[in-house]
Amino acid sequence: MHLDLLTDPLVLCIMLPLLGAVLTAALPRRAVLLGSLMAVATSAAAVTLTILVWQSGTLRVALGGWDQKLAISLRADGLATALVVMANIVGLGISVYASGYFRDPERMRAFWPLWLLLWAALNGLFLAGDLFNLYVMLELLGIAAAALGALTGSRDAIAANLRYLLVGLLGSITYLLGVALLYTAHGTLDLDLVAASIAADDELFAVNAATLVLMVAGLALKAALFPLHFWLPPAHANAPAPVSAALSALVVKAAFYLILRLWLDLFAPVTGMAAAMLLALLGAAAVVWGSWRALRAERLKLLAAYSTVAQIGYLFLFLPLLAATPAGPVRDSLLAALVLMAVTHGFAKAGFFLATGLVQTNAGHDRIDDLGGTAQRLPATTFAIALSGSALIGLPPSGSFIGKWLLMQCAIETGQWWWVIVVTTGTLLAAAYVFRVLSRAFGLEPTPLRFITDARAEIPALLLALVSVAVLGLASGPLWTLLGLQAGGDA
Amino acid sequence: MTAQFLYGGAGLILFVLGLWSFLVHAPLLRKLIALNIMGGGVFHVLIAVAYRGDGVPPDPVPHALVLTGIVVAVSATALGLVLGARMQAGEREG
Repeated sequence: MHLDLLTDPLVLCIMLPLLGAVLTAALPRRAVLLGSLMAVATSAAAVTLTILVWQSGTLRVALGGWDQKLAISLRADGLATALVVMANIVGLGISVYASGYFRDPERMRAFWPLWLLLWAALNGLFLAGDLFNLYVMLELLGIAAAALGALTGSRDAIAANLRYLLVGLLGSITYLLGVALLYTAHGTLDLDLVAASIAADDELFAVNAATLVLMVAGLALKAALFPLHFWLPPAHANAPAPVSAALSALVVKAAFYLILRLWLDLFAPVTGMAAAMLLALLGAAAVVWGSWRALRAERLKLLAAYSTVAQIGYLFLFLPLLAATPAGPVRDSLLAALVLMAVTHGFAKAGFFLATGLVQTNAGHDRIDDLGGTAQRLPATTFAIALSGSALIGLPPSGSFIGKWLLMQCAIETGQWWWVIVVTTGTLLAAAYVFRVLSRAFGLEPTPLRFITDARAEIPALLLALVSVAVLGLASGPLWTLLGLQAGGDA
Repeated sequence: MTAQFLYGGAGLILFVLGLWSFLVHAPLLRKLIALNIMGGGVFHVLIAVAYRGDGVPPDPVPHALVLTGIVVAVSATALGLVLGARMQAGEREG
């Protein structure tokens, strides 16, 4: 092992949380301290990586000094880095929140190793450069996520997460069959080499198309694309608050990232308009159905979980628009809008779930109709819910406002006006479910004495929500730079 | 060559059988076994791919994948069994 590899931020992003998982498992008494330290170190590595990619473009590392066909290769391009930096900042927020969340010492000791393992798998998935490592990371992510989700130990939580585990395994084994077929046809697992081979050879169209169907179907199950979302609401709604935040904001996003990666980089010559249209139709159904169920939800966490189903749906609407737009600044802007929406949802949903957890602890329940007076008791938390809610709706100046704006603009320009109706419907429903929560949160109790009641729990939620609204909306220009595009924020 | 196709084809059939069983049968144990059969099917395909003719050493990459895949499948199955056992224990208590 070369020593310089050990200090490469690309490697550190995966090794530090993995090391943390081992340390917190070996020294459970110091789990909170060690875990928090590792969370800070990992986030620092991720920020360093982002700065490096920002300055010099795509980074690559081949571990162990093997050649490209054999080595475990890592790579960080703009798309991967944008998601890594989002996941790691959100992860840091979740860690700070979690360090004070668990009252039961046994749960707390179980949380840290699993959470850091999940974190390592997330970073590994975003940064992996070959199809098989992607599979391993996907599987690791699914196992860690299901174990974390069942942490409360309640019957509902175990049942929901057992189902989540089984569905996840089905998804990843289907993906693995796709990997086997691709290796049969192309003789390599490296993403770049497979992409070149697919682009060069038209004769293998049938195999490539079959593989695309297998992989996307398996991953759509993990990304909870309608109608394969059935497992998500119970699993996310029954997990402890910091875990719900991680599952909804990050884990689902990782599966979507992989679909996007395969769709754009690998199978670009195979994907057609019809396939993109089909996925977008399912996405549209997810937007309407998820938002509707969120509006009808009786519990706050269930509302947030259904809202995730809807928000994932929006991301799939971009596929036919990308297919219809020729390469150029307009398409680049569309791609950046897609990433912006995914990243904004990551911050907003994490903030929302963390704040919801606080409401639940404070009120002893999360029934929306009985939330009267929460705003008076927990003003900072209510503010966080309102902020992240406005990002979920897509109000200016949130990042999703810009994302939705570019999406609708492009839908009209490419003649696919019907997506505008879907986006408008989803936005109206989202406004309805967010305001339904806020209207209940204000009761008739006397005004509070303090804005912040529990700093360690309230500040992460507030900051994450604030990032989704203010930072991503007002300063989204750098995202274009990170993605390696000309500043097209004014497009 | 025929042996390779038979072996790989059998892998695909195993995958489909496992998928059918996973979707049709409700008990946890049957679902876990079904997933393992699906995994076994994929491993068959990979081993068939590794064959490069008599007297020629097989391609090591798919073999490494199968080994890793087995480890992953064992851990995932173990977690599934533990969660299932917890649920049953909870049912007996309450």
